Amino acid sequence: MSTLSREDVAHVAMLARIQLEDAELDRLATQLDQIVDWVSQVGEVASADVPPMSHPLPLANVTRPDEVRESLSVEQALANAPQAQDDRFAVPRILDEE
Amino acid sequence: MSDLDLTRLTAVEMADRLAAGTLTSVELTQAHLDRIERLNPTLHAYLLVDGEGALATAREVDAARTAGEQLPRLAGVPVAVKDIACTQGMTTTAGSRMLEDFVPPYDATIVTRLREARMPILGKTNMDEFAMGSSTEHSAFGPTRNPWDLDRIPGGSGGGSSAAVAAYLAPLAIGSDTGGSIRQPAAVTGTVGTKPTYGAVSRYGIIALASSLDQIGPCARTVADAALLHEVLAGHDPMDSTSIDTPVPDVVTASGTTDLSGLRIGVVREIAGTDGEGFQPGVLARFEESLDALRGLGAEITEISCPHFAYAMAAYYLILPSEASSNLARYDAMRYGRRSTPEGSPSAEQVMGASRDEGFGEEVKRRIILGTYALSSGYYDAYYGQAQKVRTLIARDFEAAFEQVDVLVSPTAPTTAFRIGDKTEDPMAMYLNDIATIPANLAGVPGMSIPSGLADEDGLPVGLQILAPAMQDQRLYAVGAALEQRLRQAQGGYVIEQAPEIEVRA
Repeated sequence: MSTLSREDVAHVAMLARIQLEDAELDRLATQLDQIVDWVSQVGEVASADVPPMSHPLPLANVTRPDEVRESLSVEQALANAPQAQDDRFAVPRILDEE
Repeated sequence: MSDLDLTRLTAVEMADRLAAGTLTSVELTQAHLDRIERLNPTLHAYLLVDGEGALATAREVDAARTAGEQLPRLAGVPVAVKDIACTQGMTTTAGSRMLEDFVPPYDATIVTRLREARMPILGKTNMDEFAMGSSTEHSAFGPTRNPWDLDRIPGGSGGGSSAAVAAYLAPLAIGSDTGGSIRQPAAVTGTVGTKPTYGAVSRYGIIALASSLDQIGPCARTVADAALLHEVLAGHDPMDSTSIDTPVPDVVTASGTTDLSGLRIGVVREIAGTDGEGFQPGVLARFEESLDALRGLGAEITEISCPHFAYAMAAYYLILPSEASSNLARYDAMRYGRRSTPEGSPSAEQVMGASRDEGFGEEVKRRIILGTYALSSGYYDAYYGQAQKVRTLIARDFEAAFEQVDVLVSPTAPTTAFRIGDKTEDPMAMYLNDIATIPANLAGVPGMSIPSGLADEDGLPVGLQILAPAMQDQRLYAVGAALEQRLRQAQGGYVIEQAPEIEVRA
């Protein structure tokens, strides 16, 4: 059985940068505990010698010539910004007061 | 002709009439727009309708045709696009409040291809938020209704596209399939939906859910129509590093197949519902009839076991949330998307937390948190690492199966469309709806759902799923077309023709 507690869910939500209301946290914690318990069955089947498969295709790194080419204009890049100033994205302060 | 008469034509018939000059694209597009105006408030299949843009394209196509210009096959045939594809200058929300006002500065490659094919884009279709769901009830803008029964779900996450096609609000539509989001909606709306081979259609400009699983594909009412749209969409794109650089299989020719003599078909025990558990009797009855029809077409049917398919759901619900938690980290309220600023002088971190809580719906939060947990230190090997190994075992199951048979078949979904609200409180029950479709996404193989009839107990559509080896997409169309024709003869028409007329609701 899984032991995903309410505190665990609150911690993971914080890591994922999602601030949850108390009622949401209560509901999600119960559901996630059940889901984690269910998905744990993946541990029953694959032995150590099975290679993990991250992708359906054999992937090769794809590069392009290092040439200057057209990209979005400043206006286009900023058109969806929640806040902009002097042709730049305006963001809240990064450091808190402590 | 009334709008219904014109909209009831297949895309092939529309293209033929346009080419012959007996129909104009403006007439055709306007007929769809009129029907959308009348029925979309009831169905909520479209989130955005671009009548002006669609008619402008239609006028250009008509003028070009009058001038004697050689045009692509589907030129002038309207199409709807799932709201997961970026459309330049046209709002693209992915069904989320997070992107409510997002207007992309560029087109997704598939949208560019639709424009090059000169197809009028009618609008953007409703979907579960960031394509997470099996019912389109998780759209932040409200659910789409199933044209067969307005109190039921149209499947998910591409319920808007499938409902639009089923209700004659578009002859063709684009979907995206991460765990079955083209095939399962097709099954429950009586339409045709294809998930091409992973990498066969560009994902550039598609709002990412789980990058190793996502696939774009066509939604249509007939196999031949789906093939024409598939041909437009598929092909290498240098803008997508996972795009396959090989010739597109000839799906259009394959969609003319009428005989399956010598074809070997495998019934996958683990997803065929042959033990009856969790599968509706009417779904199984139509599946058995389809097998009989396939035998009648000359195919040999054998039972195949893919023993690791039983673990596909669990692996999927670790891999998808893990990739989703990473992909959705970009919605940080800094460069685009919703920004919610708490009172006082909040830090960037507090703004992110508040914005993501307000902008994401519950299903999205549930999966992001699950994915973050599965990827976290101390749990990575037990969850994500193990899930990736299960994925290898599932791919090996497919390889072994395709050494014995040419294609695999199963019911597409275990039940017909359930009632809106029936499973929203029980995510596990909702997840189990994709039991038959998910293995194909994990292994990257192509799949198709075609209508196989109506379930006896509720009169709702049932889908048959066909799976083929990677880059053998033409086999789906060959089997689908031959079976479609046989079932059409047996049932006296296409399944979709039995749909009731939609009652407009206030």
